[in-house]
Amino acid sequence: MPDDASTSAGSGPSCPLPLRVHETIQMAHGGGGRLMRDLIETVFKRAFMNPALARSHDSAVLAAPAGRLAFTTDSYVVSPLVFPGGDIGKLAVCGTLNDLAMAGAAPLALSAGFILEEGFPLEHLARIVESMQAAAAAAGVAIVTGDTKVVDRGKGDGVFINTAGIGAVPDGVDVGPHRVQPGDVVVLSGDVGRHGVAILSVREGLGFETSIESDCADLSPLVARLTAAGIELHCLRDLTRGGLASALNEIALDGQVEIALDERAIPVSEAVAAASELLGLDPLHVANEGRMIAIVPATEADRVLAAWRGHPAAPDPGVIGRVTGRDHPRVLLLNRLGGTRILDLLSGEQLPRIC
Amino acid sequence: MKYLDEYRDAAAARTLAAAIAEATTRPWSIMEVCGGQTHTIVRFGLDEMLPRAITLIHGPGCPVCVTPVESIERALSIAARPEVIFCSFGDMLRVPGARHDLFTVKSAGGDVRIVYSPLDALALAARNPDREVVFFAVGFETTAPACAMAVHQAAERDVANFSLLVTHVLVPPALEAILAEPDRRVDGFLAAGHVCAIMGTREYEPIARRHRVPIVVTGFEPIDILQGVLLCVRQLEAGEARVENQYARAVRPEGNRAAIAMIREVFEVVDRPWRGIGPIPASGLALRGRYAAHDAARRFDVGKLEVAEATECISGLILQGRKKPPDCPAFGVRCTPERPLGATMVSSEGACAAYYRYRRSPT
Repeated sequence: MPDDASTSAGSGPSCPLPLRVHETIQMAHGGGGRLMRDLIETVFKRAFMNPALARSHDSAVLAAPAGRLAFTTDSYVVSPLVFPGGDIGKLAVCGTLNDLAMAGAAPLALSAGFILEEGFPLEHLARIVESMQAAAAAAGVAIVTGDTKVVDRGKGDGVFINTAGIGAVPDGVDVGPHRVQPGDVVVLSGDVGRHGVAILSVREGLGFETSIESDCADLSPLVARLTAAGIELHCLRDLTRGGLASALNEIALDGQVEIALDERAIPVSEAVAAASELLGLDPLHVANEGRMIAIVPATEADRVLAAWRGHPAAPDPGVIGRVTGRDHPRVLLLNRLGGTRILDLLSGEQLPRIC
Repeated sequence: MKYLDEYRDAAAARTLAAAIAEATTRPWSIMEVCGGQTHTIVRFGLDEMLPRAITLIHGPGCPVCVTPVESIERALSIAARPEVIFCSFGDMLRVPGARHDLFTVKSAGGDVRIVYSPLDALALAARNPDREVVFFAVGFETTAPACAMAVHQAAERDVANFSLLVTHVLVPPALEAILAEPDRRVDGFLAAGHVCAIMGTREYEPIARRHRVPIVVTGFEPIDILQGVLLCVRQLEAGEARVENQYARAVRPEGNRAAIAMIREVFEVVDRPWRGIGPIPASGLALRGRYAAHDAARRFDVGKLEVAEATECISGLILQGRKKPPDCPAFGVRCTPERPLGATMVSSEGACAAYYRYRRSPT
């Protein structure tokens, strides 16, 4: 008798249709028919299950909180899909949670849109989806609506994910570059450059050995601690593409302020520093996925540090600089020899597709 | 980080700057040959730590910047061919030829890839036997050994679809050319430490003797450069003209014999035009006849190439140390790293890029 896994031993005839007829994504998985429904039920709904999603309607219907909402969206095309310290699923959830958090918002709900390439292994998709659910569950937020499209083989890169999120902004919280003013200080949550270096370390053709893992993390707990403590927040920013340097340059331009940093105060792990030297990168331009800055009045700096200390997402918090004036919107860096130079936006692309 | 932090120490830098000031009694012009050294100087503001009597002149040691337009045009033409995977160091992708750059070719469908080593390009060729893999062999003596090794291995392993587009250049002939100018402005050189780690220091001795010029082989960290300046100033003040080795932790007088042997096995010395400077005799490397099968310039007929330069760019004067980037009316206005008029604004070692990145006045 053939050893057939689809018939259970000794219990007579069972369902002739195995759970997954195909092991890879087929065009029909996006076609609106039976295969698509099968994918939604066995992969997405099984992982993300929550009351709003369970209704299987075109839109999720949610209860509206009082006050103001934050609303954001971001797409994720990282290559490779799995990297030291995370994968595209964790990144897609944490990245959007972080964008909400940087508006001072507490997350309420997320959406997830998938663009799948024909031939992508279902097993990999299932793992990515589970990783999304783990990150969302850890943040106490549900993925309440979603979408799937399939593109021809060669027209995608495995999987692209878009997530959008809504969050509630507490009363009295108003953060943005417009509030940054001379006398404010810049508080950084931890060492910079991990995500970009972790991605590079597994890129085809580079393959240098490092123990560096991506810092990919949900930053909303850090922001929740700040708002809960009633700290006066002027601006919050996560340090993604372009790193610390780009984040501060954008704030300097948008807020029309000059920001002066002390290079010695910016933590960079030895492994990131070494890899950056070898590859000719500046760690201040390298992407992070779990680091943020808070720009606050100087009198609030100690309270920010106290709020962050002990939280794993803020491993090494410290004041790294201050807002020095309004005459020249730019970022200056006091280097370790005592000289001052401009810390500019990156010209062109330092690394392709890292988030 | 060990071997790095001690060469960026603020107290040591101040001590050296004070020693340079004390040793200096007259004005001296010292050229740092390598673009990597220029970047360290501008990034850390080392020139501002020196006495006014010392002028640092930025030299031609940026291989990306001196690669002639004709070579870039040849690269663009080869990279656009459908059968070619064109591999290059990242810096070369944004260097403008007569009209466009390798990024333009890539966006138009060319298969252009950034690699960190020519050996990676060779591995790519072995994995893609149905494609032509071309590596753009740019650089001074520092990058030549790895390129030589890649061709040598390709020949040995019979990887027939691998070739090099060679534009390697040599440092000593460029120093000779600068010293041969009628209005010589350079009193002393900081030679490029990495180049000497390969080639050794001996080929600089006849230059120092013949032109009565001190040549200090110097590293790339702030302390290295300040030490190099101090040694150079001391020689100048004492009326000496020797080859001296500041970068002894990496450079031996005889150089890296295995690397030199590999360069000589694969390459021969040829005349070469330098972008912005002009032709310099015996200043370049080309593949020897026995490696002709791996010479991209011979494998791909690209027809007639355009060699016109953007008219406004003064990168030639910059590369010869005759002008500084802010002297150019286009600097930071019509010429930026996003829209460069010349290679000195593109390369991470280019003087214009260094000034733009670290010292641009607010606009």
